[in-house]
Parts: sequence; structure tokens; C-alpha cells
Amino acid sequence: MADILRERERQVYRKGDLQPFQLDCEKQSAAGSVSQRACVFCGSRVVLYPIADALHIVHGPIGCASYTWDIRGALSSGPELHRLSFSTDLQEMDVVQGGEKKLYAGLCELIDAHQPKAAFVYATCIVGVIGDDVEAVCKRVSLEKGIPVLPVHSEGFKGTKKDGYRAACDALLKLVGTGSPEGITPHSINILGDFNLAGETWMIRDYYKRMGVEVVSCITGDGRVDEIRRAHGAALNVVQCSGSMTHLAKQLEEKYGTPFIRVSYFGVEDMSKSLYDVARHFKDKEMMKRTQAMVREELERLMPQLADYKRALTGKRAAIYVGGAFKAFSLVAALRHLGMTTVMVGSQTGNKDDYEQLRELCDEGTIIADDSNPLELSSFLEEKDVDVFIGGVKERPIAYKLGIGFCDHNHERKEALAGFEGMLNFAREVYSSVMSPVWRLTPRRRGSNLEVVK
Amino acid sequence: MLLRHTTDEVLERTSLTINPAKTCQPVGAMYAALGLHNCLPHSHGSQGCCSYHRSALTKHYKEPVMAATSSFTEGASVFGGQANLLQAITTIFTLYNPDVIAVHTTCLSETIGDDLVQIIAKAVAEGKVPEGKHVIHASTPSYQGSHVTGFSNMAKALVTYFADPEAAKSKQITLMPGWVEPSDMRELKNLAARLGVEVTLYPDTSDVLDTPHTGKHEFYPKGGATVEQIKASGGSLAAIGMGPSASQAALEALQSKCGVPGTLLELPIGLQATDRFIDTLRTLAGVEVPQSITDERGRLLDVISDMHQYLHGKRVAIFGDPDQLVSLVEFLNLLDMKPVYIVTGTPTPQFETRIQTALGGNVPEAKIKAGLQADMYLLHQWIKQESVDLLIGNTYGKYIARDEDIPFIRHGFPILDRVGHSYFPSVGYAGAMRLLEKILGAFMDRQDRDAPEERFELTM
Repeated sequence: MADILRERERQVYRKGDLQPFQLDCEKQSAAGSVSQRACVFCGSRVVLYPIADALHIVHGPIGCASYTWDIRGALSSGPELHRLSFSTDLQEMDVVQGGEKKLYAGLCELIDAHQPKAAFVYATCIVGVIGDDVEAVCKRVSLEKGIPVLPVHSEGFKGTKKDGYRAACDALLKLVGTGSPEGITPHSINILGDFNLAGETWMIRDYYKRMGVEVVSCITGDGRVDEIRRAHGAALNVVQCSGSMTHLAKQLEEKYGTPFIRVSYFGVEDMSKSLYDVARHFKDKEMMKRTQAMVREELERLMPQLADYKRALTGKRAAIYVGGAFKAFSLVAALRHLGMTTVMVGSQTGNKDDYEQLRELCDEGTIIADDSNPLELSSFLEEKDVDVFIGGVKERPIAYKLGIGFCDHNHERKEALAGFEGMLNFAREVYSSVMSPVWRLTPRRRGSNLEVVK
Repeated sequence: MLLRHTTDEVLERTSLTINPAKTCQPVGAMYAALGLHNCLPHSHGSQGCCSYHRSALTKHYKEPVMAATSSFTEGASVFGGQANLLQAITTIFTLYNPDVIAVHTTCLSETIGDDLVQIIAKAVAEGKVPEGKHVIHASTPSYQGSHVTGFSNMAKALVTYFADPEAAKSKQITLMPGWVEPSDMRELKNLAARLGVEVTLYPDTSDVLDTPHTGKHEFYPKGGATVEQIKASGGSLAAIGMGPSASQAALEALQSKCGVPGTLLELPIGLQATDRFIDTLRTLAGVEVPQSITDERGRLLDVISDMHQYLHGKRVAIFGDPDQLVSLVEFLNLLDMKPVYIVTGTPTPQFETRIQTALGGNVPEAKIKAGLQADMYLLHQWIKQESVDLLIGNTYGKYIARDEDIPFIRHGFPILDRVGHSYFPSVGYAGAMRLLEKILGAFMDRQDRDAPEERFELTM
């Protein structure tokens, strides 16, 4: 059963294999595979969802709205409009006659009732097939109601989650530049690609504040329409989660000449480097000094606390399977910081460069996989005798069934994992799961390196 | 206030669902298909559908949920999904080796007009379906009905594909449990066994979505009704379908295809509905009800009588799936409570009549709504106008419960933030006892929380 489908042979690689490294990726999943991937709509929805004062209306049958109702712990410090679920709930007659009228009426009703700052209209699979002119409806409502009404072309079948990110970025691009950049200081940035899961954007924002950097907008964590409208006034775009937001950053560079840098807020090294990179960009000695002092202060507080976890976790083995590969780089480094080895790493949507970089980062023998599935994942976990698996909602129960610890590094994270504090939370989560006494009772670990319960 | 955007006034809405009290058909079909042994559910549509359904079921059950997808692309949406499904069938039998692939459609494949019967026939003709293996399908367009409809359609497909009119006549009784939890299915089988009645129950997700820890990830867990059992159900003495929305179609199919006489009951949730279930089984099989079941019923009645003064006149808002609601409302009514707001997103013929019957004329002020715009936004607006003492429904009720400070009991699908539903039944007398315990617990916790110091009671 654990065979790798022949077509997938080239999507799995073991570091140290003799053949030259060439991992197939960015290809359609084979029809019939139990893929862990999602769709275009999913990509758009997760990226735009945290904009809290916008209306998010899903144009399609009810399911797409139901499954994404408050799906992500993206916190808001103000409005909570984004946590409601709005759907045109298309019925059979709408499919026959078209859903434009319903969409128009729904948008008008909602905008009147909630006075949002903007509206995003997500086109789902069926809308693409029945041929509703979503663009025209949005334009009309926008004119009538005087707010931006933005179509998001996220028909599920039109690619992968990555294409959904792109559709989301395209919608955002229409917002940026419509507000006044007046009063924005030279040392200013946009935070791109942090979604304020468990309040992470707030922590990152605070670091920048302490450095003396003005944050113009967060796209999209704790996002606000008016902030995004003036995002073109920022001097620098700082991009995390490059899979979702590089497209936007590139477009902003092209259109407004705003440079961008890629960062990661996960793990001590990457977090520090990110802040230094931003400080370096502004060529301000005082800012660099403040940054150094802040990093020192944070590390001095963090390191002694991490030491205990590191002692316990040294030598443990981890497996990683995440949506975007960029996150995996930081995770490999963060785990290494805790004395752990990554023995398997994969992603749903990585590209060639991502996997090349992963190969460089990882130790000999590490399995690298693109677009994996539960069968493969279970066999990798067993083969590599993994102690903790880092993934998302569909991976969690697989780890537990095998008697392996788990850490959710996706939508369902409960603690902030970004930043210096986040590193401590991450260490604590990994520790609490790896060292849980429950594994002593499970068949896999009975009689191995943990104490056996008689 | 998470739902600060909910207005007190009920504004007329023509074209929107806000905070749905339903989801779409395919997830129900996937759940039903998981109740078949060695079956891999297959979603004929875009990758996202399958991913969402697996995630939804995984969050509810904390179990791995396996299902494959046709992974539609732009090409499939133009030229049809036949090539994808044929490829998928080959891939699945090669790689995952199930006994059955249970295909359900999606809004996309329905709209582009894929003919599943023809595609499956082609797969068989081309030898893509190995000897002794099966590909079945249910049509589950997301723009009709709800997740309950999808369950019903797949349950019916099990009958139309497998039930054998030539099966040997037996004394066995077929139970169609409707969309209930694995714990409920287990309990129904237990009750039948205690009555000494031989039954086949399908779909049966017990030992599929409540599996014990073995240290292995079983791609196909040991539970689920087998194809052989469903074939043999064609020779059943009788069949009982529980809940019209989820089971009537399958029950009628079994009757018309195999001549098995069917009895349609409401879900055996609560005392009276369980009485009817036990009595029907007893009559059909010609058995005596054992003392242990009579005693169990007696204990339930005893607790109700012990605690009835805590229940009188309590106003309840309840939302969820129609079959569940009808039986729960009947039970609440028996408990002398007042279910005043009853909402299901599932369009349901006769829903109001069934609820009124369950209420027995005791709650003339009850507001009942099913189908379009019967959503949690409306329910919340009703509650804002006149509040209730208890809210019962799936996890999405927690927003309303928090904002309006109402005691809340989780029941239904999905439950994303508590465990227990997979393990403790709500059907049968034992299930009714558990529901009652939860209701009393909710009221008493609230009383303890709110009581002024001098009125804080030790004995309740």
C-alpha cells in the first residue's frame, strides 16, 4: 500500500540519492490521489479573510461559504465583520438563469446594513461555468454605493491554491493607491503575508515600532481597508509567506517603485535577520542600534527559557508537511535550534527553487516531497521513526494514530508561533507533544526510549 | 460582541444566507460512503471540495478521513470530467485498492453535465474496475438541498447499487440510521442485540470514525457495512428508516427494488421516539423487550421525575438538521420545556407539520423556519427580540451563546470544539439520559454562576 505512485516518483527525493536533484513540482495532482491540497478559492479566501472591515461575500452554492466561515484564527483589534459568513447560496434556478441578480441584491442589502469599507466578491467554480459577469455587478454596486467592490476570480478549478493567492493579490492591487499617502514618514513599511494568527501581527508590529519603523498597513493580518488603500505610500514592502504575497510585492514595485524584501518571522535566527534586514534597508545607524538592543533584550529573555526545552528535545526527529515551502525553511532552522533533526519535509505547493533550497538546508537522508498524500506521509513517518509531525488539520490525526506528537503550524495554531515569544511557544508546543506521557502507552513507543509503564 | 453586526430588527432578505445552518450535499455523501467497509469516497470536482469535506469531517471526529478527488482543471470544466474520473478510477484501484469507490458529484461536475452512469459503464467496459470491485455514484449537486440531502442520496445509492432482490429471505431486519454519530449507530446495534434481533445497519460509521488507537493509521478502518451485508439486505424481513430527510429515499428504494417492507420512523432520540423504535423492532421481529431495556427506560423516567422542576417552561432555541430537530423538539416538549425557535437550513417538506406534531400544541408561539434564509443570523435576530434560556445546536451556536449570554449545548454537525459526540450516543434511552444530563448541567451551572451569595445553593 505504501508504494509511491509511479507518476509521483519524481515528486519524492531522498537527500543523498545518487541521481541529480530534480524534483517535479508545480504540477496537477494525479486524478484519484488523496491529495492534501485545496483549490483556488481556498487560496483567495485565506489571504483576504483577515481584512476585518470589509464584506466578504461568497458567490456560489452554500458549501464554499460554510467551510470557510471563521476558518482561520486571524484576530482583529476592531471590527469583526470578517468572521460572519455571507453567501448567495445559489439554487438550481440560479444556476439555470444566472446568479447576477441575486448577487446584486445581496451586495446592496449587505452594504446598506453593515456599511463596510469595501466588499470582496469571491467567484466559486460554478460562477465560472454559468458565466455570471461578476465584474460588471461589482462595478455597478461600487458606483451606486460609493465603496470599492472587488471581484476575486477564485473559481476553484482554475489552478491551485497558489493561483488563488494571485487572484487575491490582484484584488488588493485595485485597492492600493486609492488612498492618500500624505503624512507617511520615510521609514515606513507594509507588512505583507502575515495574517495575525493568534495575534502574531501585533507582536511583529510592536517590534517595528520599537525599531522606529512606521507600519502603514498589514496585508492582511488585522487588516483595514483604509490602510491598504494608502499602502503605496510606504517606503518598503516586507514580505512574509512569500508564496501568497510575492506577486503583490512585485506589482507594487512595478507600479509604485516600492522595493521589497523577503523575511520570515519564525525561529530566532530568521526573526532577528528579518529585523536587521529592514533596519539595514533604511541605512539609519540609530535604527540599527535600537534594533540590536531590542534583539539582544529579547534573546536574553528567551534563551534561558529555551535551554530547558532544547535539553529535552535534542536528538528528536521531526517531519514537516506544510502548504507553502517557504515556511518549511524557517521550521527546519527553528527545529535545529531546538537540537532536533528534520527527517522529512514537504509542501503542497513548493516550486523548484524552494525545493533546491530545502535540499541545501537539510541533512543527508532527509525525504523531500511535493504534493504528498496520507499513505506516503504515514509511511515516511514510520520509516523515519519521527517524534513530532508539523502540519495542518488533515495531518494531525494521522500523526496521533501512529503515536507521534504533532504541532499545528497552520490555521489552527492556538499560540503565536512567530517572533521571539513565538519561538518559546513553538518550543513549548513541540515539547509538550513529543514528551507527552500518552505515547508511553501506545504500541509504537512501548519499550523504546521512553520509560515503559508497567 | 462577536456578532455585533447582527441587527435586532429582522430585515427582509431576498437573496442571501448569512451564517448558514447547513452546508452542501457532497460532505453528506462522503460521510455516508465512509459507512461502507473498504470504501474510498471520491469527489468528482475541484480539489478544494474534497479538501474542505475531509477537513470538516476531521475537525468533527478528530480522525483521519480518506477521500480522493478528480482534481478538475480548466480543461475538465470545458471538455467534461470523464477523462479525470477514468484516470482516477485507475489510480485509486492501483494505489489504494478499495472494494468500492463511491463517487459523488459537485456543483461543477453537475453543471457541466457529466453523466456518471455512462462514465462508470465505460470504466467497467474498459476493464478499469477489477473483478469483484465496484464503482458506485450519487448525484449530489451543491445547489440543491443540503448536506443531509447528500447523505440521503448516497444512502440510497448503496441500495440501488448493491441490495439484491434475489437475496435469500432472512429474519434479519435492515436499519437505516440516518445522519447520526458513530456512537449512535453503535447504540442502535446494541439495542437490537439486546432485543435479540438480528440487524444489518447501513451506512455504519462506527469503527470508522471512532477508531481505537492501535499505533497504526488504518487507511480503511475495520468498521462499515460490507457490500455482502447490503446485498443480503435485499432479503430482509423488514427495514426501518430513521428520519425522513436522511433515510426515506433509501428505505423506499429497498422496498421497490427488493420488496422489503419499510417502516419510516423519526430518529429515536428522546423517550417517546425510542419507545416507538423499540416497539417497532419488537413487533417486526416478534420478540419480547428484555428487562434490562425496560429498566433503562425506567431510570430515564426516574431522572425526569426527580428533576422536572428545573425544566418547566424553559425557552429553547434549537437549530440543526431536520430529522434531529423533530425528535429533539418532541423530547424537549416531554420535558415540559418550550422550544420556541426552530431553524434548519435544509429545505424540508412537511417540516413545520412534523415540528407542530412534536410540540403537540404546547408551544403556539413557536417560530419555525426551514430552507432558504433559515440561517443563524435569523435565529439570532429572533433571540435578540426575545431571549431564550437555552440554545442547542452545532458549534457555530457559540457566537450567539456568548454574545447573548445563553447556556449552550452542542448537538449536531459540525462540533469543532468539544469531544464526546463520537463516543456517547444521543439515541436510545441512554442517549436521552445523556441529553437530559447535559441540559440539567447547563441550567444548574448557570444558576450557580448567577446566584447571589446568599442564595447560592448546596443541594439542587
